[in-house]
Amino acid sequence: MSKPKVAIVLGSTCAGCDYSLLDLGPTVADVLASVEIVYWPTGADFKLSDLESVPDGSVALTLYEGAITNSDNEELAKLVRRKSKAVVAYGSCACFGGIPGLANVSTAKDIMKTAYVETWSSDNKEGQLPQPLSKVNGKHLELPVTYDTIRALDQVIPVEYYMPGCPPPLSYIEQALVAALSGKLPPPGYVFASERSLCDECKRTKEKKNLTAIKRFHEIIPDSQRCLLEQGILCMGPATRGGCKAPCVDNNIPCRGCMGPTPEALDQGAKMLSALASILALDMESGVSEDRLIPLIQQVKDPLGTFYRFGLPKSMFRRVIPRR
Amino acid sequence: MKVAEEPKVGVYVCHCGVNIASVVNVKAVVEYASTLPNVEVAKDYPFMCSDPGQNIVIEDIKSKGLNRIVVASCSPRMHEPTFRKALERAGLNPYLLEMANIREHCSWVHEKQPQEATEKAKDLVAAAVAKARMLKPLETIKMPAVKRALVIGGGVAGIRAALDIANSGFEVYLVETRPSIGGNMARLDKTFPTLDCSQCILTPMMVEVAQHPNIKLLTYSEVKSIDGSVGNFTVKILKKPRYVKEDVCTGCGVCEQKCPYTVPSEFNLGLGKRKVIYFEFPQAVPLKPVLDRENCVYFKKGTCRACEKFCPTKAIDYTQQPQEITVDVGAIILATGYGLYDVKSKMPEYRYGLSKNVITGLELERLTSATGPTKGHILRPGDKKEPKDVAIILCVGSRDEKHLDYCCRFGCVAGIKHAYYIVSHIPDARVTICYTDIRAFGKGYEDFYARIRSLDNVQFIRGRPMEVFEDSNGSLYFDVFDQNTNRLIRLNPDLVVLETGVVPDPSFEQIATVLKCSRGPDGFALELHPKLRPTETSVDGVFLAGVVQGPKDIPDTVAQAGAAAASAIALLSRGEVESVPNVASVNQELCSGCGVCEPICPYTAIVLEARNGGRVAKVEATKCKGCGACAAACPSGAMTQLGFEDKQIIPQLEVLAKGR
Repeated sequence: MSKPKVAIVLGSTCAGCDYSLLDLGPTVADVLASVEIVYWPTGADFKLSDLESVPDGSVALTLYEGAITNSDNEELAKLVRRKSKAVVAYGSCACFGGIPGLANVSTAKDIMKTAYVETWSSDNKEGQLPQPLSKVNGKHLELPVTYDTIRALDQVIPVEYYMPGCPPPLSYIEQALVAALSGKLPPPGYVFASERSLCDECKRTKEKKNLTAIKRFHEIIPDSQRCLLEQGILCMGPATRGGCKAPCVDNNIPCRGCMGPTPEALDQGAKMLSALASILALDMESGVSEDRLIPLIQQVKDPLGTFYRFGLPKSMFRRVIPRR
Repeated sequence: MKVAEEPKVGVYVCHCGVNIASVVNVKAVVEYASTLPNVEVAKDYPFMCSDPGQNIVIEDIKSKGLNRIVVASCSPRMHEPTFRKALERAGLNPYLLEMANIREHCSWVHEKQPQEATEKAKDLVAAAVAKARMLKPLETIKMPAVKRALVIGGGVAGIRAALDIANSGFEVYLVETRPSIGGNMARLDKTFPTLDCSQCILTPMMVEVAQHPNIKLLTYSEVKSIDGSVGNFTVKILKKPRYVKEDVCTGCGVCEQKCPYTVPSEFNLGLGKRKVIYFEFPQAVPLKPVLDRENCVYFKKGTCRACEKFCPTKAIDYTQQPQEITVDVGAIILATGYGLYDVKSKMPEYRYGLSKNVITGLELERLTSATGPTKGHILRPGDKKEPKDVAIILCVGSRDEKHLDYCCRFGCVAGIKHAYYIVSHIPDARVTICYTDIRAFGKGYEDFYARIRSLDNVQFIRGRPMEVFEDSNGSLYFDVFDQNTNRLIRLNPDLVVLETGVVPDPSFEQIATVLKCSRGPDGFALELHPKLRPTETSVDGVFLAGVVQGPKDIPDTVAQAGAAAASAIALLSRGEVESVPNVASVNQELCSGCGVCEPICPYTAIVLEARNGGRVAKVEATKCKGCGACAAACPSGAMTQLGFEDKQIIPQLEVLAKGR
């Protein structure tokens, strides 16, 4: 029996998901020995032609990591879709757009301007920006087109499985690979994560959720035993899928929401905002004026980055509509 | 009541006579509705709520196998129960109904834009269909009701309500903060328009309360907390110590006679004195004295003990402690009554509190009453002389946008009655009534008004005095512009009686907060519907009697108390309460026990249970009122409100947001 073919492909990613594969340790060797890697450019010297050359539908499992931010990502996504029986949106960027998805507050042009012209270290007096097509020394140079709107993988191609996390928890990587090896993959649509929110796994004691102040991380030395949210630290845990076994909160770091919304939540950020609005100044609720509530809610610095850090492209808003 | 997988929706558009059909093109809405997904049939009818209208729905459910019904008519507040029952009669789960309000939300407000109104009606119907497709059958919540009632407030409203409930065989707790029941009516000398002696008609009822085997009377007691909901309220009542053993005391009154100290009497509104151990008034019920600890020399200095010494039955007990009593009741009647508008601080221009000879109408009642501080002789407080020239000013604080914008509903006729008091007690006195309008609307009031108006020594001036002055020798005077004669008139009365505005009793605010019962902008309790449900509140099982709902005279108060009692009796005799199951429901598989929902539930219906070292939320459906706060707050989506799930609302919103 031939070994199942596996592809690991990269869209717009920091490649952190790749590193997490290495965290499998000695298992990596076993896994590599039992599958046929048809494409994994970070793992070995693969060329796109390697992937193009395998028959359509022959790849048992593809892990696609990263968001879709440009035409190159999109082409690759469509190619692996054709080649694969099952595609996993691997990591938060592929699942929800991730950190690159925060670019949906801006446009490609404005981001380019920031990156190539406006930074302190830019030396670009002419304000030249990368162009999809340019002629250099009589030769055509082609660059991928950067999109205005960053998308998650399933907004571009149909996806069988989701494995959220920044990076995804090891146990789920193992679970997926083992399932692929044994040919016993779960039903399409399966999310490799817990059905419950992070609080289910968090070992901190929870008392009463009544926030009287919101604390930024540097403003407080949190009690390591008590619920961070109850201490005023914006922990996204209640609105975030568990499954990661809460390593961040175990280390006094609030959950940033990388595992994405829970199964029944339409919008992770909106859910957390709604929860926060419900428990903020609970004791002084009746008759409290907006004058007193507004400063309280203004203690949330960077609301977009807090509530939609990983999920803007898949949220109800998807993006900020550019001013014309 | 099985529901087929594929929704089969029936849409029924009501004309509501001309209420809808004169604005909205009903036929066009029907035509459009029949094109919507899963719509099996769409029809219209002049009155969907009528029997034939309901029968159309029932017949279609039976013959066409419809499993979702959309009725486009009036507000669901009006007829949702009607159509739910129709579904039930057709054998369909009653909660598979969705209403589109194309009357209040559409035809009534867009009368002048029929075209747009028709388009809006289509959108509302499409949204309702979108939601209806996602509806799930629900079961009505039923639970046993405690067959006992609580009446808060022992004035005439509370007394009447308590007696009515007790007479129908149910147990009643009657709670009153003062040492005796009777309320403000006990302070009145006579009642208009018949001039019955107020005490004479009230005290038999008070005595009946005291002797009724079904009434547990808790005077000198306050409601501290109310938990639970219709059918099952748990009420904590704090019974303040009287320092008198009620079971031993015979009410002989020796303690009161022997007590050497006096303080101003609350019952007489400060016009007379009472002893430190005292009866509120001679006909007090229960006829047991109260020792006023604040002013008692024994409690202050440890000496005296005169009451204890002279009590023939050894009923004085200085060691009594406040007692907390917990009672379970199925229904609550609010009868907390009224207080007077604070004229002293809010309207200093009338010199009430500055001049002793400016008094309120209620104070005049005490000065006229045989049990009052002057033993029924009208003597003005300033010099204890008979006033010969009395001015009565109506609408003091009432019908005044700077103060209370509403009418007190009894001030006019009370003022007329007060004029009668003066001229009948002091035949050579003159009375001037300064009025805004005379509102003598009650039965027999107009006759009474005509009778007093015809008296030679009672004069009526249509006008509101701006300010009352007092000259250096203490004489009062004021100017009033008489709108009937277009003349400015100066009056030099030796007594001014203010018919002051009426406000809810201060105790009501706390009770309303505890009960979460809605109040109007004026602070009075808000009835559920002014005409259809005038004794009910926004809280099921809580009813209104008397001025707590708004100013009233005694006949109206007693009538409403009877109506409130009837509502409570109906509830208690059913012995069971049903509630619409639009309650919160938690999917425990998804709940991670984060605890966001628990503290925000205003009805303490959510508890966090232990589960595998963690927690999980649980909703007590019978306590839940379906406010939706938890469902909105739940960050994981594990909490939903049945009938208003995201999966049901979002398609509805999408239709409205996308348009067609």
